[in-house]
Amino acid sequence: MLTPSQTVGPFFGHALPYEGGPDLVPDGYPGAITVTGRVLDGAGEPVPDAMLELWTGEAGTRGVLRRGGEGACGFGRCATAPDGTYRFRTAPPAGPYLALLVFARGLLCAVATRIYLQDGPDPLLDSLEPERRATLIAQRDGGVYRFDVRLQGEGETVFLEF
Amino acid sequence: MIHPPNLSPGYRSTLLRAPSKPAVAFKADPDAIELTSPVFGHGEVGALDADLTRQHAGEPIGERIIVTGRILDDSGHPIRNTLVEVWQANAAGRYAHEGDRHPAPLDPNFTGAGRCLTDGEGRYRFVTIKPGAYPWRNHPNAWRPAHIHFSVFGTAFTQRLVTQMYFPGDPLFPFDPIMQSVPDPVVRERLVAAFDLDVTEPEWALGYRFDVVLGRTPMED
Ligand SMILES: [Fe+2]
Repeated sequence: MLTPSQTVGPFFGHALPYEGGPDLVPDGYPGAITVTGRVLDGAGEPVPDAMLELWTGEAGTRGVLRRGGEGACGFGRCATAPDGTYRFRTAPPAGPYLALLVFARGLLCAVATRIYLQDGPDPLLDSLEPERRATLIAQRDGGVYRFDVRLQGEGETVFLEF
Repeated sequence: MIHPPNLSPGYRSTLLRAPSKPAVAFKADPDAIELTSPVFGHGEVGALDADLTRQHAGEPIGERIIVTGRILDDSGHPIRNTLVEVWQANAAGRYAHEGDRHPAPLDPNFTGAGRCLTDGEGRYRFVTIKPGAYPWRNHPNAWRPAHIHFSVFGTAFTQRLVTQMYFPGDPLFPFDPIMQSVPDPVVRERLVAAFDLDVTEPEWALGYRFDVVLGRTPMED
């Protein structure tokens, strides 16, 4: 009796994003990292009306919806900018990856993927062809991890079904 | 098949956004973080957040309605203290969103966004006004049936669901490629709320019931 999925549509921007949503940790949090990138469609064009949700796997002590306090929260939400970019600030996860969900107009079902902060032996990564494996591994530049989501076509991100 | 295929050509925006490769079926280990979910505190949601008719100085124009139901897993167990978010157009079919170009009036007393946490029985309840149908540019003379968008969390990140609730008997159903993207007509009906006289409050508001059933977590397979 499962309820079927429907698209988030184009008009969620006044409802779902909330203040502090992309900031899982407060400014200046020790060891915080930035995870950023773009969402691109099958023509390589930016997707300006996507919404991403990041989950570290640890609930933490900071509010999900009401940020504030010095602690960390495991959940973040970020709408893409007109140029398709998103940006999260988070504590590093306990394991090698972060869970990511992508919602957008034109996506009837959200797509799920993982952002691996470094390459290494891993049951999921090891099951993929090398060029597909590479789509799940963020490019590191200091404390900034870059991870693009390609919904379709060349370099298409690996999406997961659990 | 429960969910719509992401490539549903009748809904044009899917053409360049639907992944071309099937999702990789992955047997998550018990430590996989996708088997857990954020936890929401009651202090994070305001008492008026679930009443979309009381978020401004005046009352919104339109037909006042109550929408209530339960969030359940596929064994019928309630999902407690979970976040339910809704958003919708106003009675004239216009969103309070800067991107909405439909030349219908905005309502200064209606934003059309609400949220609440489910109670111990998995129940949520919103008071709102019935949204209007609205045109979109998918194909000539395209109109969306009246709907309320729903966003629901389960106990695992894999259960996360965004969907839309429709109203019974809407003549636009057969013409809507988004609703029709759900391939099985029996499953599609689950998106239609039921009018409920027991939810209806005399001299006040019509009542609709809409339950949301989330998928099982992989550990249950
Ligand atoms: Fe809508």
